[in-house]
Amino acid sequence: MEMIRASELVYEYEQRDDEGNVVGMNRALDEIELDVRPGQFVVILGHNGSGKSTLAKHMNAILVPTGGTMWVNGRDTKDPRELMNVRQSAGMVFQNPDNQIIGTVVEEDVGFGPENLGVPTEEIWRRVEDGLRAVGMIEYRAHSPNKLSGGQKQRVAIAGVIAMEPECIVLDEPTAMLDPDGRKEVLRTVQELRKRKNVTVILITHYMEEAIDADAIYVMEGGRVVMQGTPREIFGRVDELKRYRLDVPQVTMLAEELRRRGLDIPRGILRREELVEAICRLS
Amino acid sequence: MSIKLEHVNYIYSAGTAYEKQALKDVSLEILPGQFVGVIGHTGSGKSTLIQHLNGLVKANSGVIYYNGENIYADGYDMKSLRGQVGLVFQYPEHQLFEEDVLSDVCFGPKNQGLSKEDCEKRAFEALELVGFPEKYYHQSPFELSGGQKRRAAIAGVLAMKPKVLVLDEPTAGLDPAGRDDILDQVKYLHDQTGITVVLVSHSMEDIARYVERIIVMNRGEKMFDGTPKEVFAHYEELEQVGLAAPQVTYVMHDLKARGIPVDTTATTVEEAAEEICRALKR
Repeated sequence: MEMIRASELVYEYEQRDDEGNVVGMNRALDEIELDVRPGQFVVILGHNGSGKSTLAKHMNAILVPTGGTMWVNGRDTKDPRELMNVRQSAGMVFQNPDNQIIGTVVEEDVGFGPENLGVPTEEIWRRVEDGLRAVGMIEYRAHSPNKLSGGQKQRVAIAGVIAMEPECIVLDEPTAMLDPDGRKEVLRTVQELRKRKNVTVILITHYMEEAIDADAIYVMEGGRVVMQGTPREIFGRVDELKRYRLDVPQVTMLAEELRRRGLDIPRGILRREELVEAICRLS
Repeated sequence: MSIKLEHVNYIYSAGTAYEKQALKDVSLEILPGQFVGVIGHTGSGKSTLIQHLNGLVKANSGVIYYNGENIYADGYDMKSLRGQVGLVFQYPEHQLFEEDVLSDVCFGPKNQGLSKEDCEKRAFEALELVGFPEKYYHQSPFELSGGQKRRAAIAGVLAMKPKVLVLDEPTAGLDPAGRDDILDQVKYLHDQTGITVVLVSHSMEDIARYVERIIVMNRGEKMFDGTPKEVFAHYEELEQVGLAAPQVTYVMHDLKARGIPVDTTATTVEEAAEEICRALKR
């Protein structure tokens, strides 16, 4: 069974004028098909306003489809009786760490989720400890979140999600406000979780470099999925990506530039070592 | 329009448990018309540094000269300095507040005491300079896309006709094309008007592409100051302080290690491609 599955998913909302009269419908998501298997790492790319955050919000029922269906761990998100189960299956991490930390002490913040799920106190403490260990923040358990760096705050937010023991984590531009070090920190944490706990990861990002290890990439434009494939397939299509206001990793760009200058370099190069290897073969 | 810092020190929350020296003995000079990049790890002091440039934060010791005048001297016109050194904060769109874009951009010049006509003239110029589409001039700034909001916010600073434009991570949160658009526009502005630009960025690739000089901050101190080629040649030291060189610079070093006779100083895709083709004699 898929962890996340969307079939003919449509999300429309009413457009209203100043008096509140409905003047039309806006289609933010248009016939989305999506299949994510357990343990996969899936990246969603798309420019600002392409619909990727709206799609992410469907993955833990912050929004529900107005047409078609979204299943999370086999549960239809439209069914109100499944709401808690859906939210427990798919945890969300958002862009701004300051908007999602509520506790005055790190461990209190991490315990907030399981507490709301009605988890017994002892079990909460176990999960808090487990979550903080998983993100490497255990020594900060008694600290105030205010004094943490952006990357550390995001790791606390991720620990809070882990403490709810979801099968799937959806990260909506978790590194957008972080410096390169903070970005690395957060991504490493996510990858380790995937390995150790086999959590499914869905990452929405504007940084192409973060997508090169994905099992699959979906590219969105105008509320639709316009490209779908492995990183090698997707980043081999440089011109098409640029049309969708996206980019490729700088190494891929250099490979492309060398190809344009007539060098025999294969398409879809993603990593430094691959490019160096390809160039050395020519000399 | 040079800005000169001499032995500037700044300490946050002095005398409390949170006391932190944010700037340590920083001396540097930004020359008229330069396009300067500032890089550094979070907490390196780069934001504190740029807040000194228009007197927003006052150094505990040391002197700052704007055009040869000590800005800390008695009777120095701080208000005029703030008009001349325009600071665009991170996420400047959070500071938009007026009913429509045009009024928002007029706010700065209005406070400088200009007439309504002059304010609007300045606003039109500024909006045009940042490539803001005319059809949205009378729209609420809150209905714009992320990229357009940011343009409007930058225009609000440009409308005060600063001689120096300081941008703190102007591309954070934008998609790749949005990032290129904003930086291309800043570059265009720099080339057209000769304005001095100070750009703070986390993207080494962007910095390498646009600036002529890089100042690297680390733990409140100036660590390096030079051209992109000079600074990124220290890529190993940069990594130790949580920074890096652009990806292509690493490719060049790898190639050299594999015996390909390339010069390793390339910092942009074009330079790297050029150099690789030369080394392979293609």
